[in-house]
Amino acid sequence: MNAEIALFLIQDGLTNGAIYALLALALVLVFAVTRVIFIPQGEFVTYGALTLASLQLGKLPGTAWLLLGVGLAVAIVELTQSLYLGAAQRIPAIVFKYIVAPVGLLWLTWWAAPQKPALTFQIFLTLGLVVPLGPMVYRLAYQPLANASVLVLLIVSVAVHFAMTGLGLVFFGAEGSRTPPFSDAQFKLGVLNVSGQSLWVIGASIGLIVALYFFFERTIYGKALRATAINRVGARLVGVSPAMAGKLSFTLAALIGALSGILVAPITTIYYDSGFLVGLKGFVGAIMGGLVSYPVAAAGALLVGMLEAYSSFWASAYKEVIVFTLIIPVLVWRSITARHIEEEEE
Amino acid sequence: MTRARFVLGVFLAFMLVAPLVLPEFQITLLNYIGLYSMVALGLVLLTGVGGLTSFGQAAFVGLGAYTTAYLTTVHGFSPWLTLLGGLALTFVISVFLGFISLRLSGHYLPLGTIAWGISLYFLFGNMEFLGGHTGISSLPPINFFGVVLDSGRKFHYLIWTLALLALLSIYNLLDSRSGRAIRALKGGGLMAESFGVDTARMKIIIFVYAALLASLSGWLYAHLLRFVNPTPFSINAGIEYLFMAVVGGAASVWGAVIGAGILTILKQWLQDLLPRLLGQSGNFEMIVFGVLLVLLLQRARDGIMPLVIHHFPEPNKPLVSVTHALSMRARPNVGENLLELKATRKAFGGLLAVNDLSFSMNSGEILGLIGPNGAGKSTVFNLVTGVLQATGGEVIFRGERINTLSSRAIAARGMARTFQQVHLLPSMSVLENVAIGAHRRGEKGVVSAALHLERSEEAQLLAEAARQIGRVGLGESLNEQAGNLALGQQRILEIARALCADPVLLLLDEPAAGLRYQEKRSLAELLRKLKSEGMSVLLVEHDMDFVMKLVDRLVVMDFGEKLAEGLPQEIQSNPVVLEAYLGGVK
Repeated sequence: MNAEIALFLIQDGLTNGAIYALLALALVLVFAVTRVIFIPQGEFVTYGALTLASLQLGKLPGTAWLLLGVGLAVAIVELTQSLYLGAAQRIPAIVFKYIVAPVGLLWLTWWAAPQKPALTFQIFLTLGLVVPLGPMVYRLAYQPLANASVLVLLIVSVAVHFAMTGLGLVFFGAEGSRTPPFSDAQFKLGVLNVSGQSLWVIGASIGLIVALYFFFERTIYGKALRATAINRVGARLVGVSPAMAGKLSFTLAALIGALSGILVAPITTIYYDSGFLVGLKGFVGAIMGGLVSYPVAAAGALLVGMLEAYSSFWASAYKEVIVFTLIIPVLVWRSITARHIEEEEE
Repeated sequence: MTRARFVLGVFLAFMLVAPLVLPEFQITLLNYIGLYSMVALGLVLLTGVGGLTSFGQAAFVGLGAYTTAYLTTVHGFSPWLTLLGGLALTFVISVFLGFISLRLSGHYLPLGTIAWGISLYFLFGNMEFLGGHTGISSLPPINFFGVVLDSGRKFHYLIWTLALLALLSIYNLLDSRSGRAIRALKGGGLMAESFGVDTARMKIIIFVYAALLASLSGWLYAHLLRFVNPTPFSINAGIEYLFMAVVGGAASVWGAVIGAGILTILKQWLQDLLPRLLGQSGNFEMIVFGVLLVLLLQRARDGIMPLVIHHFPEPNKPLVSVTHALSMRARPNVGENLLELKATRKAFGGLLAVNDLSFSMNSGEILGLIGPNGAGKSTVFNLVTGVLQATGGEVIFRGERINTLSSRAIAARGMARTFQQVHLLPSMSVLENVAIGAHRRGEKGVVSAALHLERSEEAQLLAEAARQIGRVGLGESLNEQAGNLALGQQRILEIARALCADPVLLLLDEPAAGLRYQEKRSLAELLRKLKSEGMSVLLVEHDMDFVMKLVDRLVVMDFGEKLAEGLPQEIQSNPVVLEAYLGGVK
């Protein structure tokens, strides 16, 4: 290996690592606020990437139908509950949010897609179709179990991952897609060719992290989420609804997931089940931070990206083996530093 | 004959004649159900009973399958030898994985299992000598004492014999000393430790047991198909195994077989139906499985077994009479120094919860430790029982310094405790709950429990538990579920459990809290009776009336320090104590 290859691999590792870092942050966020270990994070990556890919081909993405279907399911649950509680005044809002809005988006996408609009519009449309699935999934799968143990919630996560992967296959088919890069620019940096796409990914990731920082530090909703993460009961007592906190954190996670998908789509071919592995690499990073520390999670995810880049050079067949086996030294280290056997909940 | 035995008989008869009458396709399905049942059985033990979750069981199935595939085809070993090889390899790997992840809090194990499940899958698929993604074919058939098992029909008997033996072994295991310890892992870890259960070791044992069953299933699978490739050992397969265990539920070992059966048949049916419905091919059953699992966890978290099992009530087992009772430890003489705290100190960061506290108590005494809220009583209790470690000073029990020992080691020296908030296993009977107290007095382990070779020791333990239940006056509720008792009875049950440990010192943490007047009276009566039998009691209590009438001496604490010490009458008229409790006039 010469310096040029080494530098190229660093660039490659940083690009992927930036995406894993975003996902790791979302995972820590969701876990801190809701105690949900969000395995389906990866499916949002897939959905984001494949929705954008469909739009670029001028096709109606399957997520438009999926959103309507999931919206209808939420509407049924919410309407039943409203009628049961005698809260009829909530019905118009429910119908608008979960039926009218998805129908509107479906119509908009159906109308806009064949005209191949500008990339920015396509990205916004993609986010509009994928991100609402986050809070809807929370409402359907997790909210009724909000007080269950971490382990039950984890099994639910795996079940949701299963269902979403299967739905991905129904709505996107088995073929993979790769979108054209956002930028074909190449910069000479000494011996290294820096691709515009890498700069896009790294820049967007940093931008998103800064935006998240301001969201948590400066906005009332960000502070509400932080309060819930620190003390669920206390936050509830001062008026932060756990359901709101749950939906909001899932919205953020879905947003980060879909954006990661949009960023990663020009770099690798994404299939209906690719997101799972991408998301899990974020997990390896998040576990390094014990699922609580944002900076360690992000640093861990960058390390995963680097390790992946170098192992794909040295032993490309064993790339996944090496990345996922990394969890073993991480667990050994955490197990040595763990002070005592923690008492289980329940 | 009970209904359960009748259904079991019908099931066994069906399994016996099935290969003779059913068509090939149904036999194959039954074989798969048997193979999956073995893996799901391990998960019922691990997840359902023990509260630990693994999504990586398919990887252990793969270990068993690939070990035999490689060694029989490349090196020509006999399948029986490679079975041992596969189990040995699985043992080593699962002990290592269990050791590194089971000490961490609950969710690291499942996350770890997902990671190494994926890792092993890619390893199988990329190792040249394991045939890569095409796998290894033409494995030799198993030769069972001259009978060559070269068809599904012949294999059926081997699979189901092993599956039912595995089921029996877990059934036996759960009904034993080790089994009670395993059942305490979920929600009773702290309590189990205080009665001498090494919970970390128990967790590793059930993890390894589940892994070995998975490996056995893999060995059978490889020789049934006589071909292996990585696909059946992927993480998705691992998730489906867990699904089987969740569907079946933890209430009974039969849940594993029922879960495996339902999932296998449902999958077969969906794989037929869905692609036709959707007009394309793919694993669409994943959607149904995922949605079903979420609904199941929302609506019936314990699986479907509890719905089935109440149709098959098991009669209460009669207690076996024993000729030799458990041996008891030597008791100290009344009046001998039993427990001594010397300038014991506990700091939580900058907060001094216990500040240089000293007191001592003698054998045969009831000593009360009282004080206002936040005085540090519970911290003292935790320091004495080894739940917390003192940051300074000494705790001496029967002349030995114990403040660096674990709660398990302290329990072994003759201290037994109750809990401020009752720590019972609500779904277990009163008898079984109390028998956990005697855990340390038995020694037979998991293997003899699985084979039921420990029946005489088990009878001794249960007889001792029944004796202590009688001693505290709960004899009529022996077979009641502990969760159905009133709070007062539950606290009494905790005392019986502590007595079962054959202690010389009984530590009671607010035993009267939340009790009604009558219950308090019978509790006080019981404690007096125990004292008259020579038991020493250290009591942390809030209820003045209760304490004053009961104890021999009192130690009063406030702000982590000893305020006063003496006879109840002296304390009642002590101005310093009155000020601490009622507030002084300045």
